[in-house]
Amino acid sequence: MTIHFELNGRKATWEVEPGETLLDALRRHEITSVKNGCDTASCSTCTVLLDGKPVPSCAVPVCRVDGHAVMTVEGVPETARRLGELLAAEGADQCGFCSPGLVMSVVAMTDEMDDPSDAEINAYLSGNMCRCSGYVSQTRAIRKYLEVKS
Amino acid sequence: MSEVGRSLPKIDGVGLVMGRPAYTDDLAPRDALIVKALRSPHAFARIVSIDTTAAEAMPGVHCVLTWRDVPRVAITRAGQGHPEPSPRDRFILDEYVRHVGDEAAAVAAATVAEADAALAAIVVEYEVLEPVLDFETAEGHASILHPEPEAHENFPIGFDPARNVASAYAMKVEDVDAVAEGAEVVLRRTYYTQAQQHVALEPMACTTWLDVHGRLNVISSTQTPWHVRRIMARALDIQVKDIRVNKPRIGGGFGGKQMIHGELLCGLSTLRTGRPTKMIYSRHEVFEATNTRHPMRLDMTVAADRDGRLRAIDMRILSDTGAYGEHALTVFMIAGAKTLPLYNKVDAVRFGGKTVYSNHLPGGAFRGYGAIQGNFALESILAELAHELDLDPIALREMNMIAEGETSPIFAIMGEGTEGRAQTVDSCKLPECIRRGREMIGWDDKYPRREVGPDKVRGVGMALAMQGSGIPGIDMASATLKLNDFGSFNLLIGATDLGTGSDTILAQIAADDLGVSTDQIIVYSSDTDRTPFDTGAYASSTTYVSGHAVRDAAARMKAALIVEGALSLGCDPAAATFDGVEVKGPDGSISLEDLSTHLLYSEHQKQLCVTGSHLCEKSPPPYMAGFAEVEVDTATGLVELIDYVAIVDCGQAINPNLAKVQVEGGLAQGVGMALTEEVRYGKRGHLRTNTMMTYKIPSREDLPSLRVELVDSHEPSGPHGAKSVGEIGIDTPPAAIANAVFNAVGVRLRDLPITPEKVLAALDAARGEG
Repeated sequence: MTIHFELNGRKATWEVEPGETLLDALRRHEITSVKNGCDTASCSTCTVLLDGKPVPSCAVPVCRVDGHAVMTVEGVPETARRLGELLAAEGADQCGFCSPGLVMSVVAMTDEMDDPSDAEINAYLSGNMCRCSGYVSQTRAIRKYLEVKS
Repeated sequence: MSEVGRSLPKIDGVGLVMGRPAYTDDLAPRDALIVKALRSPHAFARIVSIDTTAAEAMPGVHCVLTWRDVPRVAITRAGQGHPEPSPRDRFILDEYVRHVGDEAAAVAAATVAEADAALAAIVVEYEVLEPVLDFETAEGHASILHPEPEAHENFPIGFDPARNVASAYAMKVEDVDAVAEGAEVVLRRTYYTQAQQHVALEPMACTTWLDVHGRLNVISSTQTPWHVRRIMARALDIQVKDIRVNKPRIGGGFGGKQMIHGELLCGLSTLRTGRPTKMIYSRHEVFEATNTRHPMRLDMTVAADRDGRLRAIDMRILSDTGAYGEHALTVFMIAGAKTLPLYNKVDAVRFGGKTVYSNHLPGGAFRGYGAIQGNFALESILAELAHELDLDPIALREMNMIAEGETSPIFAIMGEGTEGRAQTVDSCKLPECIRRGREMIGWDDKYPRREVGPDKVRGVGMALAMQGSGIPGIDMASATLKLNDFGSFNLLIGATDLGTGSDTILAQIAADDLGVSTDQIIVYSSDTDRTPFDTGAYASSTTYVSGHAVRDAAARMKAALIVEGALSLGCDPAAATFDGVEVKGPDGSISLEDLSTHLLYSEHQKQLCVTGSHLCEKSPPPYMAGFAEVEVDTATGLVELIDYVAIVDCGQAINPNLAKVQVEGGLAQGVGMALTEEVRYGKRGHLRTNTMMTYKIPSREDLPSLRVELVDSHEPSGPHGAKSVGEIGIDTPPAAIANAVFNAVGVRLRDLPITPEKVLAALDAARGEG
């Protein structure tokens, strides 16, 4: 089937398979930032923004994005670079596999919340799993990002 | 300019955060066939017949493989040195399937849907056999896991497949029984550690294709490219020279990728079809068809005098290696080898036991590699001893622990599968680690417990740990430096960055030694065709071993630059120096930029390219003290981690931030092992924990406070004074948390993980309600 939607601010028309997930369709179209970590919407590695809200793209049938707007890390390069530099400054970036999904969740968090506490950050991002860092270095970087942003 | 000791950002960091294609599945050829495995529904069965006719006729199917289609060559999938200390007890596909999820057949098809349809069309008749699902009854069980005559050990490791024994080992120093007899206090306790899974967020992934020369090219998410190449060659019955293995960026390893996974089925499918293939594991497959930490039963005895002086330690282990003996001997030996030397003042030590086969997932390498299992038992029983003697558990350890300038006979006796190497401890800052950790956690105020509310009690506990830095006599690394015009350098290293930042810290070492800035070093790593050899990223070896190889290469490059600079200046090389900016002679100087450019284009033209290598001769342990504060809910048994303080002696940190995050990440995995992570099976051996919904790794809410500090330390044998830091962080949480729970509520959990059910049952029993 054919779908029309907005991908990273530009109009897109894709031929997609029934039952295909947004994650698989994005990767098939060379949007490689979106990673498959768990298949069960449990790790947030594949997080993208759907109409500005963070969703696990492995759990969204791609046909459902017809008429909607999808944003991946490719669509927010400046934010990704800035957050990436802050994560790297803390040594928090590590294997990097979960990083694009984390960036998208942070983008959504900053849209939704003003000046979140560490506990609120941990609650908002609790679904973004990371096996390398132990998270605390990520929190240090995110805190700095929020300070610079405000 | 000093580049070592700076917290530089990881060189690949920003690119990965921005999502640039870098991992195996991002790089796989777009026309790669999809390889999928048909996985056993039975814990133990023999394949009586397998009919692939229908599958082979299906659209898109290029190749179907069964055990009859693969070379009958016994291998191990453990990514270890040659010859491997693990038994060769495996084939690409076999007549027997030995755990639920084991591979029974494979297909290569054009699409995922076609591969799935073909798998569904394969008809297998299984003779279901009685599985061995309790490893404590495995030895001598009527069901024999490995009856095949081809299975063998490469050198004596105690392999006795007729009795389901994968390996056995025993050692002793003096007579433990006689010393215990004369000691004032003897404690005997049994501890259990569970199977844990790595859960690197990138699943196992590989892709293979034939290049223009007909050579098999492999991109794999692996920790050990050279071991993959060697073992693939053996399994596929082709020559090593006809395989190239490249590790791109990988999404975490933790030991899970120190085994061979899809490479064999992919490689064979490519050889049979001539087509590129890829095999990307689903998370379900990662859980059901890779490896776990070896579960163990540890029978401990400690003997001591009433004043707390330890007299003897006895550690007897039964380890469950599951269906295959990957890392069976070595993980089990490390449980003793990387814990017992901590308390070197005893009169007698004994260590021994066996690793047995069962119809569980195969055991494998996992960060800590036995040391965490041994640490849980040893650091728990020492806390129990302190309680028995009414001593502060910190004081007990301070009285007995190893110190700088000392040694332990265990260093010489126990290696990894072979004898060890004698060594003196030249750096050990345990006293500082303990002092600082005690202060940061607030031990003197908080020990042992504080009631903080109705049904809520907080307690603190601690544990010490040691690890190693590479495998002496075995681990070898190499590095090539190539000079470019305008003064930059390519650093080609076999070392394998798993996301740890090793590419970055090795560049820092090269830059520091050459006197240039790190951004002048262009790193390319982990490619069996294009970089020199490295045993791989395991055994906490990269900083210590590969770091030395880089130093060797840098020294050679510096010498070569001086020779060429002197030639250009017309002076004696002995009178010339190089400071990273220019070669200076008595009467003039030439800049690196000019010299390097002249060398390629205009004057005494030649390529400067040097290779250094290093064999690990010593394995200096990093040390740490870990302190946990927990809150126990006495109504529900829930244990919450409030704070964890870890003070680490890893020698000189090459990059302090990256070193610190290694420890933080290790702690997180250790906390998972202590509290929530457990591979659980159903009655017939089916995995109950095969998704991230049923297997609980810590989220950021489970780790509200991890506080890590590195103490000032310098290891004389290390590159720039460094020791390792990759594994040490994982070791202490199980024991420190168990000790904190005991200090909070007086119940001793000897069986991991420490779940609310177990705590509540123990509390009920203690209250007489059990």
